[in-house]
Amino acid sequence: MSTVMINLWYVVAAALFIFGLKQLGSPATAVRGNVLSSLAMVIAIAVTLLNKEILTFELILVAALIGAVIGAITAQKVEMTSMPEMVALFNGSGGIASLMVGWAALYNMGNTTFTDVTILLSIVIGGMTFSGSILAWGKLSEVMTSAAVVFGAQRIVNAGILVGLVVCSVLFCMDPSVDSPYLYAVIALSLLFGVMAVLPIGGADMPVVISLLNSYSGLAACAAGFAINNNILIVAGSMVGAAGIILTNIMCKAMNRSLGHVLFSGFGAVKQATKVEGEVKPIVAEDAFLILEAAQSVTFVPGYGMAVAQAQHVVRELGELLEKNGAEVTYAIHPVAGRMPGHMNVLLAEANVPYDQLVEMEDINPRIDNVDVAVVIGANDVVNPSARNDENSPIYGMPIINVDQARTVFVLKRSMGSGFSGVDNPLFFGDNTRMLFGDAKQSIAAVVAEFKG
Amino acid sequence: MEAVFLAMVLMLSIFLGFELISKVPATLHTPLMSGANAISGITIVGALISAGGESGAMSSYLGAAAVMFAMINVAGGYLVTNRMLSMFKKKDTSQTGGKS
Repeated sequence: MSTVMINLWYVVAAALFIFGLKQLGSPATAVRGNVLSSLAMVIAIAVTLLNKEILTFELILVAALIGAVIGAITAQKVEMTSMPEMVALFNGSGGIASLMVGWAALYNMGNTTFTDVTILLSIVIGGMTFSGSILAWGKLSEVMTSAAVVFGAQRIVNAGILVGLVVCSVLFCMDPSVDSPYLYAVIALSLLFGVMAVLPIGGADMPVVISLLNSYSGLAACAAGFAINNNILIVAGSMVGAAGIILTNIMCKAMNRSLGHVLFSGFGAVKQATKVEGEVKPIVAEDAFLILEAAQSVTFVPGYGMAVAQAQHVVRELGELLEKNGAEVTYAIHPVAGRMPGHMNVLLAEANVPYDQLVEMEDINPRIDNVDVAVVIGANDVVNPSARNDENSPIYGMPIINVDQARTVFVLKRSMGSGFSGVDNPLFFGDNTRMLFGDAKQSIAAVVAEFKG
Repeated sequence: MEAVFLAMVLMLSIFLGFELISKVPATLHTPLMSGANAISGITIVGALISAGGESGAMSSYLGAAAVMFAMINVAGGYLVTNRMLSMFKKKDTSQTGGKS
């Protein structure tokens, strides 16, 4: 096939990617969107194989087969709760692939300086996507501490790495060769930079990091596209880059923090929040059942704790019982609940909660005072009223779900610890708040048993 | 001139990406992310050219490794997105579908 024909097919693939992404934007068409986008990928791969420059196929076949098997098995096996880890790993493998594509492009003859620069870009972005994603995976799967790791000279070290990267890149471009020591320095420094960039980011900020790494993996593909003069890489890569940036932005807004603040400082409790004191009112499952039975409208507010306790299935069961009992049931989901954007939605969908029952923060807040019972399951900071009231609170200004304005609030909690940010939560001491202590799954199951009994 | 043309393509695609994705409901954020993630595996196209090309053994090996990693991203990304999306149901059908 001629180069022109191949490029024409790339145009077809690009159009399908665009339609696919568009259809991913609505629940009704999303499945078709994903199929279209995968069709685009198949076309892109197939016509590339007809490229005259490709002479040997054995290596390609073996490599592709191994990759496809690994990918397919992980995709089938992964638990929905571990989705963030898996997306991190996939991001990482995309990143390292782009690094290698850039590296291999150095072996092409007659590269211009512009090409050399883009090769370096794909190596640097790909490298930091890879190591950053691996570290994010480590934090999410709790192979290592998920807390922010901050040390004194961090900024100086990071600045040093950045300067080193720029210097080595310039030195490489002045005398580009595949055995240049500066090439290895650039690869090593970009890997190091990815680690250093994710290290100071704590567990609750992970939605931002995952979105950002997603964006980087697209940008790395885009840079690789420049390196090998390929349109489809640039189009597809930059769309992914844009998508990642948008999600990153949504996550940052939902935490009322700037991207810079998330990236460069751990959740620093610079200000001392006003100490909250009061009496908590614990209840048992039996009382919770009596209140829920009388309720006309019930809203569940899930957080990462629900995922940890694997409580989504019993929650759905309770929701169905309440509906049969005549109550209106909704699930209010904060944009940053969980460890990646939309994490809670996927978990509830897995448990068969219909998506029209899932409501966003902006929709539930105006009518929260009509909610009889708000059930908070393993969420803390996203329902902390001091984000609204207490100017001294570190999370002041962050938009929250105003469950404290519901008629009654149940908080399911393991014990009286504070949330990830270590901020006290006045919600627990509210007059209308009842605490249901214990494992979320067992607590809900006990209430379900009351309903059935 | 080639570079300018590619930069033009880049600029237009970024704008297109922003337009396409800015209105996605929060419910679909995770599938959107893993779907976009699968698309970023497009780097496999570059990997294939390096792996099958004649620029030397090292270039081929790097390309082949890149093919493998990109393929993990592509196959895994699309399959898991599909698996997630098939769990999203509207109210009427929610009773019939089992746990998938």
